[in-house]
Amino acid sequence: MQLGFLVDLRLCMGCKGCEIACKVENEVPLSTWRLRVKYVDVGAFPETKRTFTPLRCNHCANAPCERICPVSALHYLENGIVNIDKERCIGCAGCVMACPYGAIYIDPQTQTADKCTYCAHRVASSMMPSCVVACPVEANIFGDLDDPMSSISKYIQSHQGNVQVRKVEKGTDPHHFYVGGGNVTLNPLASVREEGHNLFNNITHLPVGGHH
Amino acid sequence: MAHEMIAASNAIVTLDVALPGIVWGWIITMNMWAKSIGTGIIFLAFYLLKKHPEQTGFIRFPVVAISIVFIHIFLFFTVIDLHQMFRFWHIFFYPHLTSAITIGAWMATGFVGMLLGMAYAIYMKKDEALYDKLLNYTVLLAVPVTLYTAGLMAQSTARELWQMPTESAQMILAALLAGSAMMILLGGNKFSDAVKKDLAIVLGLAAAASFILYMAELIFGPMKAEEVAAVLHYVKGGEYTIMFWIGQVMAFLLPMTLVCLSLKNQSYYLLKIAAVSALVGLWVSKHVWLVIPQLLPMS
Ligand code: SF4
Ligand code: SF4
Repeated sequence: MQLGFLVDLRLCMGCKGCEIACKVENEVPLSTWRLRVKYVDVGAFPETKRTFTPLRCNHCANAPCERICPVSALHYLENGIVNIDKERCIGCAGCVMACPYGAIYIDPQTQTADKCTYCAHRVASSMMPSCVVACPVEANIFGDLDDPMSSISKYIQSHQGNVQVRKVEKGTDPHHFYVGGGNVTLNPLASVREEGHNLFNNITHLPVGGHH
Repeated sequence: MAHEMIAASNAIVTLDVALPGIVWGWIITMNMWAKSIGTGIIFLAFYLLKKHPEQTGFIRFPVVAISIVFIHIFLFFTVIDLHQMFRFWHIFFYPHLTSAITIGAWMATGFVGMLLGMAYAIYMKKDEALYDKLLNYTVLLAVPVTLYTAGLMAQSTARELWQMPTESAQMILAALLAGSAMMILLGGNKFSDAVKKDLAIVLGLAAAASFILYMAELIFGPMKAEEVAAVLHYVKGGEYTIMFWIGQVMAFLLPMTLVCLSLKNQSYYLLKIAAVSALVGLWVSKHVWLVIPQLLPMS
């Protein structure tokens, strides 16, 4: 079994339901995130368009975070999930430096690394990840990539030519796909970040692990 | 490419979480800097005791003392940077051997053991032959201890700027630079002219080689990857430009110049200034190179 995720960006409407569901399910502390939805605006007034991209851990088959972890706190489960053992973690932040997707953070409460686990605890009880359940437009598709009849495999089959992963050049072999993505949505260097001028906040940088 | 893309699409991030701050900051710079001195002085001691045994015998005890002090500074900063520092022992009881951190921790532990053996040999037993024998093994261990940080930087897949062959060369050169600088300060005027000349040449060549590598990365790095180009903007007119050049001048350009002048004028005084400048500049240049790839948004 090889669990994977797919987000159809054509369906996502940026409601952030998945983000909130994840926060609640996993008790993700303030100023950190396991899953977030990033808004990027494209074009010039009046011809503008807002894009929404849910971003989470890709559960890479060749995960740099797992490789660099000195104590195997990051480890593979048999279903392909890259899981974290917070009791084992020493908080060296090697994984934070290694993950090309910025998917890991240092939890300010436990002072250990944390990230999306595809809700491994729910999956173990045959439940869907909470973000999948929360999505009102079913933009999140989760399932077994090894099974050609699973919904995620069928989605990939039927959208050939329009399935992307992030930063393919890093050789991480992500198990997280996007349909309808593009450079603007998937490449952080393809948009301008005007620090301090984002909607709703003027906090530009977060303290790592709760302290500077 | 992204630059043109941005111009064409006018893509602006309008809502997102704030970026994480610097993850590995000055504490890790201290770690790398102190380690360069701790292993570098062992490389230099090995060379001098082989090449000029009569004139350099007095360095045996101070060298091992300096190495022990700086390796412990390195270990101290390594441990305090851990967010769960009291779990440090996990590295020894749950080791993950694909990690450069694990290999480094094991090698550094062996290195400290060898240093303590050398200190025992020279201080307690006054046995120079035993010291020299232990030094042969210690210098071998100093190589992986010096290089493991380069491995760690290479394993930091997110940071495209840090490439493996270059970083390992930079680590060895930093150790030679710091080791020769420390030896110059340690020896005072007790060294013969031949020893001083050797130390000056090591310092000058390490500085020159390191500077060439930095400049090569600065010029050619952006041609290989968009991410490297974006990172190097921080030192090409960006917020770390001045600090970058202070580091380059103090660590490499000034020592190179002073080494040439000191060789010409037989001035050990100039060599000492070069040594101090190299040690300070090394900290600054390491710090800039450590921090700039962390400023880039990853997602
Ligand atoms: S996306 Fe990052 S955190 Fe997730 S498996 Fe890949 S490297 Fe690890
Ligand atoms: S911070 Fe924790 S999970 Fe990350 S590499 Fe270090 S020990 Fe492993």
